[in-house]
Amino acid sequence: MHVQRHFDRDIEEIKAVLLRMGAMVEEAMQQSIRALLDGDLAVAEQVIANDDRIDQMEIQIDQHVIELIAKMQPAAGDLRFVATVMKITPELERIADLAQDVCERVIELSHEPAIKPMTYLPRLAEDAQKMVRDALDAFVRGDAELARKVIRNDDVVDQLTEESFRALLTYMLENPRNISPAIRLTFIGKYFERMADGATNICEMVVYLVEGRMIKHSADPS
Amino acid sequence: MKIHVRDFDFYYGDTKVLHGINLDVPERQVTALIGPSGCGKSTFIRSINRMNDVIPEARGEGLIEVDGKNIYAPGTDVVALRRRVGMVFQKSNPFPKSIFDNVAYGLRIGGVRNKRELADTVERSLQRAALWKEVKDRLHDSAMALSGGQQQRLCIARALAVDPEILLMDEPASALDPIATTKIEELISELKESYTIVIVTHNMQQAARVSDRTAFFMMGRLVEYDDTNTIFINPKEKMTEDYVTGRFG
Repeated sequence: MHVQRHFDRDIEEIKAVLLRMGAMVEEAMQQSIRALLDGDLAVAEQVIANDDRIDQMEIQIDQHVIELIAKMQPAAGDLRFVATVMKITPELERIADLAQDVCERVIELSHEPAIKPMTYLPRLAEDAQKMVRDALDAFVRGDAELARKVIRNDDVVDQLTEESFRALLTYMLENPRNISPAIRLTFIGKYFERMADGATNICEMVVYLVEGRMIKHSADPS
Repeated sequence: MKIHVRDFDFYYGDTKVLHGINLDVPERQVTALIGPSGCGKSTFIRSINRMNDVIPEARGEGLIEVDGKNIYAPGTDVVALRRRVGMVFQKSNPFPKSIFDNVAYGLRIGGVRNKRELADTVERSLQRAALWKEVKDRLHDSAMALSGGQQQRLCIARALAVDPEILLMDEPASALDPIATTKIEELISELKESYTIVIVTHNMQQAARVSDRTAFFMMGRLVEYDDTNTIFINPKEKMTEDYVTGRFG
């Protein structure tokens, strides 16, 4: 006979807050891309202002999880869930911080000569965003297959980051006036690459949650 | 393997309470038996030193070997078996005698009369049971005056005095407060250096803390037996998962 446990309610509550946080992080990423591509400074300011709320949600989840460990001593799937949440939450918070960093660079770029076109960078940003969205979906659905797919895509993002850097380097070589904005755009490329790394880390924990297998630091995610 | 169990069934009269148990207990490790009430774990642990023999109409079928010898073979010296396979029960059961006499009891039954030898063994056993410091100045006081936790450690000392190889513990800490429980758990960790320990416990956190391997019993069957880490982090069977996460009502 199965019984409804207090623990199930706690898990649902934690999941709900984590998903709200995830949605806010996705939105911050989306807005940072818009700020970058459209040069929309109002949106950039908005992302920076919203970051505090995401930080608060991280603290809220941490506290709930620590209380749960203290009171319930979770085991098996419950334990893997709790461990996963504790690893995923800071990844999400870091992704939001990186979106904020993008916006800060966008604001700085508004005082610089514009570089057009921004080769590779838009695709890099969109790919990173899709990885984060898919990572959250994989967590919600407990889908280890989707998680592995996201992890494999990280190589594509790394490649795009490199190509974006090379393109920006040619701008710098062409004209020293491009150096300052091109460096800022190189930073932005790196921020998106690290957001994709965050999605990869989340997906590694999803595989652990579902299968109990630690796949990080191994060459073959399959 | 210290204990080797194959296709072991157990009956109380016509009622079959253990079904085809297969399990190997490694030497000098702690093996925990967990499962809901009535799952057969106590019956099983009592089969390992034939404590069930005293129950009328109870019988076991199949194989249980200790060090490669079938303990149910005809002609087995059950008293000698129980000397090698000691047991500690849920409720501490000191005899209404002095602390010293409790620990010396098994030795005297075994014919030891030499006072020096008795005193040495009593001291060593009490030390191994982490009780010596607390009782060394009152060895001839009644054991009944000790606290519950001390009485349980006294029973462990009494079991150790006859120099067993295996220690069976049937919920040894379930009647103790958290501090006394911690002492028993620390003691178990120390004792496994010298003894093979099998422990039945209702407290899953205790199983997780003290054991190297865990066996999950359910309705007379062994559902899953693996490293304790695997049982508590990533069990293979859904029934085990449901039990260790408290989903079973």
